[in-house]
Amino acid sequence: MDILANLSLGFSIALSPYTLMLAVIGCFLGTIIGALPGLGPSNGVAILIPLTFTLGLDATSALVLMTSVYYGAMYGGRISSILLNIPGDEPALMTTLDGYPMAKQGRAGDALVLSGVASFVGAFLATIGLMLLAPMLARVAYLFGPAEYFALYLLAFCTLGGMASNNQAKSAIASCLGLGIAMIGVDNNSGLPRLTGGNLHLMDGIDFLVAIVGLFAIAEVFFFIENHGKGSAIGVKLDKVTIPWKDIMETKWTMLRASLVGFVAGILPGAGASLGSFLAYMSEKSIAGKDSGFGTGAAKGIAAPEAGNNAAAGGALVPMLTLGVPGSGTTAVLLALLMTLNITPGPTLFTDRPEVVWGLIASLMIANFVLLLMNVPMVKIFVRVLQVPAWVLLPGVTMISFVGIYSLSGSYFDLILMVGFGALGYVLRKLDIPTVPVILGILLGGHMEDALRRAMVLSDGDATFLFSSPISIGLWIAAILGFVAPMFLRGILRKPQRVTD
Amino acid sequence: MASDRIFGLVVLMVALAYIASATQIQTSFLADPVGPKAFPMLVGALAAISALVLIVRPDPDPDWPVARTFGSLLVAIIVLVAYALALRPLGFILPTAIAAAILSYQISPRPGPAALSGIGLSVGLFLLFKFALGLGLVAFPKGLIG
Repeated sequence: MDILANLSLGFSIALSPYTLMLAVIGCFLGTIIGALPGLGPSNGVAILIPLTFTLGLDATSALVLMTSVYYGAMYGGRISSILLNIPGDEPALMTTLDGYPMAKQGRAGDALVLSGVASFVGAFLATIGLMLLAPMLARVAYLFGPAEYFALYLLAFCTLGGMASNNQAKSAIASCLGLGIAMIGVDNNSGLPRLTGGNLHLMDGIDFLVAIVGLFAIAEVFFFIENHGKGSAIGVKLDKVTIPWKDIMETKWTMLRASLVGFVAGILPGAGASLGSFLAYMSEKSIAGKDSGFGTGAAKGIAAPEAGNNAAAGGALVPMLTLGVPGSGTTAVLLALLMTLNITPGPTLFTDRPEVVWGLIASLMIANFVLLLMNVPMVKIFVRVLQVPAWVLLPGVTMISFVGIYSLSGSYFDLILMVGFGALGYVLRKLDIPTVPVILGILLGGHMEDALRRAMVLSDGDATFLFSSPISIGLWIAAILGFVAPMFLRGILRKPQRVTD
Repeated sequence: MASDRIFGLVVLMVALAYIASATQIQTSFLADPVGPKAFPMLVGALAAISALVLIVRPDPDPDWPVARTFGSLLVAIIVLVAYALALRPLGFILPTAIAAAILSYQISPRPGPAALSGIGLSVGLFLLFKFALGLGLVAFPKGLIG
């Protein structure tokens, strides 16, 4: 049994006191990050990356810390959805639909516990799925040559673009923006500078962390300045927290189905957790029929999106670890972390550095149990955290971002660039242009170009080489479908509106 | 309608400028069949086409804030840029307190709490970074302490 041997290796790393401590800290920070409105998982992970880097953590420790933050943020997102009717992160939007009505009926505690259990089921099953599927996919990934990788990157942009925006042209612009930024700097093949405009600061290219922190964290500050931090007061009362056994038993099949749906959605490159929670909610709604009370505080309506969302978070790690293609915005940020740590994700990661992969999987298992404990009996602590006012929180986030980026390079140029990206992020989000493709473009642009150029070297400039293997043809078809299909499905897949008071 | 068209036009201009500067990229003697120019030009062309689509078929306008809010956003950007420039010569505590206080005031316009949160954040974060996380921050400019 390969898996058992690998797992025991993983647990031997994950159960060391130091790693365990990092996992607990990560879970705690993550839940806070997820719970605070305006500080989603991508955001939070992005701000923490420069700090982990300067702390000098080794690869495994840093990865354990950040993925615990990632899982924690997925748990925490539900707290503000249920209590404030504000999704703490995008995938938690679906949880507001039934979570907030239930909380208004005076069952806030039940809603929090139920969603916590659903999160646990989703994340637990997804971690098992990751354990089984990732090594298999890693073996398939050996068949990938440069032509296949080029098509795979294209697929990621197309599915992400198709899902992330309501307008395909806008997501294409966002992807091009990221790819265009990635080209700046010294060309890997020829060693000559490209598109730097003679600016010495740009010779190294633009650090993706600068762009990520700017687009996510700094842009958020501008949004809070625009609306003066309104609507972040708790409107519902939270009394004693008890465990609603009846609701949990009633929703057990819902949780299992939603986990499966979420996990599959998460694996698709580019689709991610938002799609997972959305599909899980919609499919449960149609299974339950019209009189099920979805949208008015139904237990199944809380369990389904939370299980789906957390399962997708685990599923999104599969393509990220095996192929180096992130399945969601936050995994894109985690990919940035891997790149900063000089770990190349891909099939060789599983054979060359098994301790990283299996240590990570084992700590995800542990993180899950820690999170269940934190999120059910100790949920009141995090509710307290929600009461931190925006006028303390947002300046604090900004200053932490500045210190983080400054400690990376010590250059004021990067800081100004970060503010520029913040302003850009504000304009883009105002115009409903998704920012995740920009990040993905900056992260993957160099690899995508490399794949194309190596493919052309292999085929001596013959473009048909890009479509020469069955795998690449399949990926091209999937990419085109992923980009075009949402245009026609938009009528069916319309996102439900948020509940208004 | 108008904002998408304007944005499309801006993207189109940038894309064309990008393609133009991509044609100026030097190629080395170690040439591969694609070369360093082709991919940037491809990206630029794709962006230009998408921008044209956006100009032809724009979405409805978002709710833009009123002019005064734009003013305060501009102030925020200026404060952040000034903060970026001040961080090295003036040390951590002073610029952070001022910048955080201004941002706090902009989110919730009450001078007292804003000033307090500025000072609190700056001292608190300094202690956290310096002693808990061990980053090498400088509290005050060297000239001040002597």
